[in-house]
Amino acid sequence: MDSTTEALINLGLPLLLLVATYFTGSMVERRHYLSIRARELETRQLPAITFRTPPRRWEISDSGLVSGSVVISVDYFKRFLAGLRQFVGGRVKSYETILDRARREAVLRLKAEAAAAGYAAVINVRLETARMANGRSGNGIAGLEVLAYGTGIKLRHGAP
Amino acid sequence: MIHSNTETVPGKEIVQFYGVVSGSTVRAKHIGRDIMASLKNIVGGELKGYTELLQEARNDALVRMTEQAESLGANAVVNVRFSTSSIAQGAAELFAYGTAVRVE
Repeated sequence: MDSTTEALINLGLPLLLLVATYFTGSMVERRHYLSIRARELETRQLPAITFRTPPRRWEISDSGLVSGSVVISVDYFKRFLAGLRQFVGGRVKSYETILDRARREAVLRLKAEAAAAGYAAVINVRLETARMANGRSGNGIAGLEVLAYGTGIKLRHGAP
Repeated sequence: MIHSNTETVPGKEIVQFYGVVSGSTVRAKHIGRDIMASLKNIVGGELKGYTELLQEARNDALVRMTEQAESLGANAVVNVRFSTSSIAQGAAELFAYGTAVRVE
């Protein structure tokens, strides 16, 4: 009797978590992508470019550093999928979307900060990714941090 | 104090170089935030507590870098770079560096 309940807890709990996080994780991801796409459309007018020097025709009146960052976590289901992937190798799609979401979110926050400060464009945008290790074990992923930073630019003639 | 991550301050001219300035801070995670984060690690999504923590820390690093530049008599720091490294379990170093200059 005792061993069956033990087995039920040992097997049932991870299984329950897998099923639950499959639904919550995909819901979180779908919503995030919707909001990313909407905000990317909204901020089309504010270009964030990776050029080191601005186009020569821009008449720059002011500049300053802007940044945006996000720490995003990997859900239980995605981690399980990635664990399975390690046996056969190949694309770990579940992690690819996490990184994609984090990078795009960081750039959007950079744009939001630039817009709030009144900048018309951001040049020399750089992206940096750092992995935050899990506190206890030290080898798991607690989260991925993506930082986007660049130089905000104000123009004499308004929009670029 | 003007900050820029390009080699020059756009629209201005560099008249003097003062050399490399840097600022860093080492932060450990807060236990309450850690518990919240480990819950979030099951569900997925943004770890807002960590985002804020790292942002604050990075601002501190920038402030320290700025102080150093000010003490040299600079009025701008160009080519600012950031770097993050986990130096121990649950602790991260945030580092900002750049070149102190005088612009006109």
